[in-house]
Formats: sequence, structure tokens, C-alpha cells
Amino acid sequence: MPSLGADMDAGTLLEWHVKPGDTVKRGDVVALVDTDKAAIDVEIFQGGVIEQLLVAEGDRVPVGTVLATVHSPAETTPPPVASPEPPRAPAPRPVVAAPAPPHETKPPTVEPAPPARQARPVSPVVRRLAHQLGVDLQAIHGTGRSGAITRADVEGAAVATASTPPAARPARPTEAPPPPPAEAAVPARARPTPTRASPAARRRAQELRVDLAGLHGSGPDGAVTLADVDRATQTPRPQAAAPTQPPTTERPTAPAAATGSAAERHLAMRQAIAALMARSKREIPHYYLATHIDLQRTLRWLQEENSARSVADRLLPAALLLKAVALAIHEVPEMNGFMEADQFTPSHAVHLGVAISLRQGGLIAPAIHDADRLSLGELMHALRDLVTRARAGRLRGSEMSDPTITVTNLGEQGVESVFGVIYPPQVALVGFGKITEQPWAADGMVGARPIVTATLAADHRISDGHRGGLFLAAIDQLLQEPEAL
Amino acid sequence: MNEQQARTIVLQALREIAPEVSPDELDPDAPFQDQIDIDSMDFLNLIIGLQERTGVEIPERDYPTMDSLRACTTYLVTAGAARSA
Repeated sequence: MPSLGADMDAGTLLEWHVKPGDTVKRGDVVALVDTDKAAIDVEIFQGGVIEQLLVAEGDRVPVGTVLATVHSPAETTPPPVASPEPPRAPAPRPVVAAPAPPHETKPPTVEPAPPARQARPVSPVVRRLAHQLGVDLQAIHGTGRSGAITRADVEGAAVATASTPPAARPARPTEAPPPPPAEAAVPARARPTPTRASPAARRRAQELRVDLAGLHGSGPDGAVTLADVDRATQTPRPQAAAPTQPPTTERPTAPAAATGSAAERHLAMRQAIAALMARSKREIPHYYLATHIDLQRTLRWLQEENSARSVADRLLPAALLLKAVALAIHEVPEMNGFMEADQFTPSHAVHLGVAISLRQGGLIAPAIHDADRLSLGELMHALRDLVTRARAGRLRGSEMSDPTITVTNLGEQGVESVFGVIYPPQVALVGFGKITEQPWAADGMVGARPIVTATLAADHRISDGHRGGLFLAAIDQLLQEPEAL
Repeated sequence: MNEQQARTIVLQALREIAPEVSPDELDPDAPFQDQIDIDSMDFLNLIIGLQERTGVEIPERDYPTMDSLRACTTYLVTAGAARSA
């Protein structure tokens, strides 16, 4: 189950588009998955022949659960490396797992090229395996090429951990309050804990002084996820006493059943948004900037341009604003990328997340891929297509998981400015308000001009107001030359 | 194209972008924006939908006049008549 956005921790498999024996290639849509926000087409990251479907239609499973096995003829060759890493470390991007190698087979000796942002090379396959087995990659010594962590390293570490029999998992904190802080504060390393947990969950648990052993794990094999730790520190819900379920067929514990009523879906979406925004405000030291941009030249050019275009090819001002943001990133690249584990990795590609409000309420921010390389016409088509599919609930997994910066355009609702909340693990969000006619002084004269307020919310760990200001100035400058956009 | 046909076409196109709209509850003279949650992308899709159904080219400068059900209907009837004339 891929992570389709940083706010997702489980999904319901609605439909399989493949069956065992089918040949698939990388990028094929193999399944339809319902998150709490939308139905998303899930693409496979690796070609081969489908061996087995492990999750039945209608089942809700946590992120990281293996959905199916694929026999790949190129099993020992590196998987494609073009696929970007998932934005959130503990959430594996791969959609369908490759089968575990037979025991007599040696683990692949050739490891895939290291993902750029990783200090030590780890392939997606190995990362997923580590996640499934609850192994902390930071704590492993890599034996592969240039220190790469191999499948064998992870399996070895997992065996070492598992040799301590897992304690009977205690019930949720409502029933068994966490141990006194003195004990919980003991660093995990000092006392090998039998509880499986993602690295991020361990880190968070340490920060919040929560004892992992006291938590119910909702991740694969009962692993404690970041969300579990967060839940434990919040006011317990009244009906939180659900018994431990087998992980692969876990029933939703939150009122988030994908097949539920509209009201339940609405509640689930609000909870997903709340969780992500709360995380953002908790973790990201935001700073905010705003500037007014004169759009007179831009809109005159647009009007001229549109008169020569057929209805279906006409551009909205939004397309120009998006393109200007995408190009401005080339000048201030630290606005574009991911902050994970206190380390910033700029992204070379500009995958522009676009906040789209849904008719039934709620918000979704899928990406327009490589927005900086699209012509205005292409960008407009992509935007129209994205909005239409978002509102119809048919987005693709890759669009949900990898925006590198987000733009929100609240002008439609009539507000003049919007100061956004950054989507973790992104580091910046650009907001545009309504384009309004306002008095504007230029060349010693006051005249009425169409003005838009552009705002920036950015992560102070990565940049500061000076760079942020340059970024907004670059957007302004680009909009003054619309013909070059 | 008579007024009834034009009205049906506008309602069809409108339902595509805003399925929750019920024709009976729509005040034909009140602006869409006061009755439906409609943004510029929705409006563009409405215009595209109208053009696809009728073949009427609607220039951008006419957008502001097409802000209600009646205004759209009248526009299509007039433009349709001009086209066939």
C-alpha cells in the first residue's frame, strides 16, 4: 500500500485491475485505492508478471502492506532508479512488492544507484523490507557496494531483533497508561526494545517520551507507526479499546471506513487534514511573506493570447501564476524539496502541488509533474485535467505522493491573501489571492491596476526571509514578462 | 435552437461541473456565483461544454454577460440564430 500523500496511513483496496499471470510494465495502473480523501489509481513501480494478489478487494490495510507479488525477470538487476524516493521516509513508495528471493539465492550484489538524498545508499526494495520488518536503517551497517545496505543486512538485523520474543502487546493507552516518564525516557538504544516501530516513530516516541512497548501498532506486523505515537499523545478516544487485529486485514479503528456514509467520509477527510496540518504546525517553523504584484501587463497579454485560442485551449490566469512559481524555483531552489529527518533534500524536478477544493468539501493537493518544463498550454491542460479528476475522485498515485512545493489559489473565493500551512515534508507554500482592481502608483502616477497578493509560507529551517523575498520578487518579475512564461 | 433546447443544454453542461445542482432550485435570473460554488475553472468548463454541444464559439469578452441560466440561454439562442443566418 503506497503512501498517497503525507497524511495517509491506511487505504482500502477498491479494485484490482490485474490478476495473477498478467504481465505488467512499470507505470501501469494495477489497482484503485481509496484513501480517506479520494479514489486513486495506483501505478506499479516495476514490471513483471503478477504472481499473487495478497489483499482482497474491500480490505483496508496500513501503508506499507504488501499488496501483491510480482515475478520480475530482471530480479537481480537494479530496479529502475528514475523513480523518486517517497517524500516521507517510513512510507514506502513501491506499490507492489517483488517476491522475496528464494533462500538459496544470494541477495543481489549489485545495488541500485543511491537515491540522492540518502547518506548511505538504500534501494527502495530494501527500504520497504526494512519498514515491513521494523528495522531501523540508521542502525545497520551496510555490506553492499559503497556501504549500501542490502536486503541481507536488513534481514539479518530483523532476525537479531526477532530473537527476543515480542512481548504480548499491551492494550491501548486508555486501558494501560504509559509507564512513568522516568522509564520511558530511557533511550531506545540503551535497552533493546522488542517492539517493532518505524524509525520516525521511534524518534517521535523519544521526543515525546512515549514508551513504544505500551503502544498498539497499526503498521505492518503490528509495527508502531508515527501516527500511533501521535495518537498516544492525544486525548484518547472513547471507543479506542479495539483489540489487536491481524495487521493485513485490520479493520479501520477511526471512523474512516472507505465504504462509509458521506458524513463518515467527510469526518475522515477532516481528520486526515487535521493530522497533517497539526504535524506541520508542530514541526515546521513557518515564516510568512507577502507582496502585491501588478498584473496589468500579464492580463493584457493573456487577453490577447486567449483571443487567438479556441475555447478549449484558453488559459486562465492561474496557469500563468503557476508557471511563474515553477520558474522562480530555478532562482531560489531551496523552496523546492523535502525535509526529512532534519535534513533538506532539494528536488531537481518541480512537481507543483495544486490545492484543489472538492465540491463535497475538503481539500486535496495533487501534483502537476515537471511544471517548469511545460508550455502554458500544456500546463493549462494539465491543470484542467487534474482539477476534473480530483473532483471526480480519480487521481493517480504518483500525483498524490510527490509534490515538491504547493500553490494555493484562494482568489476564487474572494479573499485577497492566504497565508498557507506547509504540507510536510515540503518546505514552502505559495498563496495567491483574488485579482482585484486597486489604486497603484507607478511612474509618479496613480492608476487603477489589477493587483494580486502573492504570499509565501516557508520553512525557517531551510531558508529565511531574505531568500523568501527574492523568491516572491522572482515570481513578480516573471509575471511581468508573460510572453516568456 | 429555441429557448427550451438552449436551456436544456445549459443545464446539462452545468450538471457536469456541479452535479449537486437541481434545475428546479436554480433561479434563472440570479448569477450562478450566488447560487452555486463555481470557480473560474468550473466556468471555463461550462463554456467548453456549451461550445461542444452547440458549436457556438464564445469569445472571452462575452464571459461576463453569461453569468446566469437565463443569460446563457439567451446568448446561445442569439448566437445560434446569427450562425444559421
